[in-house]
Amino acid sequence: MKLSAVLYESCKGKEPVDMKENKGLKCFRFLCIAPATILFFVFMIVPTFNVFRMSMYEKGAYSPNETFVGFKNFQTLLQDANFIRSMQNMILLVVVVTVITFAFALVFAGILSREKIKGQNFFRIVFYIPNILSVVVISGIFSAIYKPENGMLNSIIGLFRDMSDPILWKGQSLVMVSIIIAMVWQAIGYYMVMYMASMASVPESLYESAGLDGASRVTQFFQITIPLIWTNIRTTLTFFIISTINMAFLFVKAMTSGGPNGASDVALNYMYSQKDAGLFGYSMAIGVVIFLFSFALSALVNKVTEREPLEF
Amino acid sequence: MNSKKNTGEGLYKVFIYVVLSALAITILVPVAWVFMASFKQNSEFYGNPWTLPLGLYWKNFTDAWNTAKMGEYMLNSVIVTALALALLLVIALPASYCLSRFKFKGRKFLNTAFMAGLFINVNYIVVPIFLMLRDGDLWFKKLTGGTFLLNNLVVLAVVYAATALPFTIYLLSSYFSTLSHEYEEAAYIDGASYNMAMWRIIFPMAKPSIITVILFNFLSFWNEYIISMTLMSSATGAKTLPVGLLTLMQAQQSAAQYGIMYAGLVLVMLPTLILYMCVQKQLTEGMTAGGLKG
Repeated sequence: MKLSAVLYESCKGKEPVDMKENKGLKCFRFLCIAPATILFFVFMIVPTFNVFRMSMYEKGAYSPNETFVGFKNFQTLLQDANFIRSMQNMILLVVVVTVITFAFALVFAGILSREKIKGQNFFRIVFYIPNILSVVVISGIFSAIYKPENGMLNSIIGLFRDMSDPILWKGQSLVMVSIIIAMVWQAIGYYMVMYMASMASVPESLYESAGLDGASRVTQFFQITIPLIWTNIRTTLTFFIISTINMAFLFVKAMTSGGPNGASDVALNYMYSQKDAGLFGYSMAIGVVIFLFSFALSALVNKVTEREPLEF
Repeated sequence: MNSKKNTGEGLYKVFIYVVLSALAITILVPVAWVFMASFKQNSEFYGNPWTLPLGLYWKNFTDAWNTAKMGEYMLNSVIVTALALALLLVIALPASYCLSRFKFKGRKFLNTAFMAGLFINVNYIVVPIFLMLRDGDLWFKKLTGGTFLLNNLVVLAVVYAATALPFTIYLLSSYFSTLSHEYEEAAYIDGASYNMAMWRIIFPMAKPSIITVILFNFLSFWNEYIISMTLMSSATGAKTLPVGLLTLMQAQQSAAQYGIMYAGLVLVMLPTLILYMCVQKQLTEGMTAGGLKG
């Protein structure tokens, strides 16, 4: 009944109906897409463009005018010892946190997805908890852990050794280690749950035949599990590295504000502190370096981790 | 021979449980400790940190809620998060629908642009966003004598929604593009308009994806603090909960109001923990759905 009505309609006057519909469709599409595009343009494209543009200018907080200075901001950056240290700290965090998180997450996921573990659901729920907490909350939790006098960590270590001279976890020498621990604590569960899901898709028969051939669990892990989920590892690795640049900033800003004496400063935090100091042009030059660094790094990781994809 | 292999197996099992429990303990104990500490009086913080609280000292919570203004901040956070989520859905749903299901000129360009947006981290561009709003405020001041872009919860919600667009559109588009075109065609034949087909037929089908989007963005909006701190920088103005907590944490370093600080911590994390307990299955599954692809 309805079909015949449509056929009738289309025979009656195909051209005008189509035209009208087309116009309606265009209008509909425009209304759907325009708000998102405008917001995206105003709050993401324009600011990104501005990071690059303003890095060429000298612009202060209290004067409305900006002067074009070319690459002067970048030349100053190269001689800024604080900036160089903040870059070093950022690279250190990206490398160490990534390596530790991925090693642990892969091994734990490998164990959890292969073995029949009682309470698997419980572990999965618990391991994911740090990921839902605000970084501010995590930094609060860790300041209770790292407190020199009667903090959780020092009180446990105090059981084994004399604590009249408490360990300063947020002191100059240990502050980076403390931040690394906090960041790994936060990230590990998320990646574990993710890899468990992808490892579960590896067919059991592969492990069975490998087991019959006498391959140990470790061999199976490296020869079967890892190669088969390599595409997944590769994508997540790239995203993890980019997000670690950002997470390092969130953790440092909340836990130490870059202190003591800039010992834990990271590049994004330094950028932010230059903005607070009113040096907008200089701050954006740092932003450009971080942008280029993160793109270069993800391109590099993508290239280095390239393998022939395996089918199963 | 056989029994030797079995003891090896058993030891391996024990080892696994020990390692897993150790990891679970390192996560659970500090969180539980904060809950415990939030009920302690100030004098209890100078001894052994592992003693249980002497009683339930609720005054920490009332002090945090009223004196430290955490109640007011929580209301702000609820407003901003709800507004940003509503805006995001109203804007991102139709956009992802059109971008994934209609062929038109410029579609590929827009899709690539939103994909590229996935690589732009909000914290890289927070300074230009702040400067843009500040310049806008200067302009408004000349025009009307008042400013309203900075220190405005609504603007903050708009910025949250805008910066969440790439991820949300990516997630929703990848779901919409799996649906068959026959659904809409059937609706059009029944006389539905494009608009009606989209809202009545397609969006209800996308409910699981929409819930995933809401969950992830709720967590990121609720927990966010850098943008909020930058755009709501006035000392007397409104603050969101994480920024309020950060101020509280910095203040307690000099005043040593430990109990209030831990009560504040609990107030910030309790809503997310409760939500997590209700929807943990959806959350961990949703993550893998989005995560596998990106």
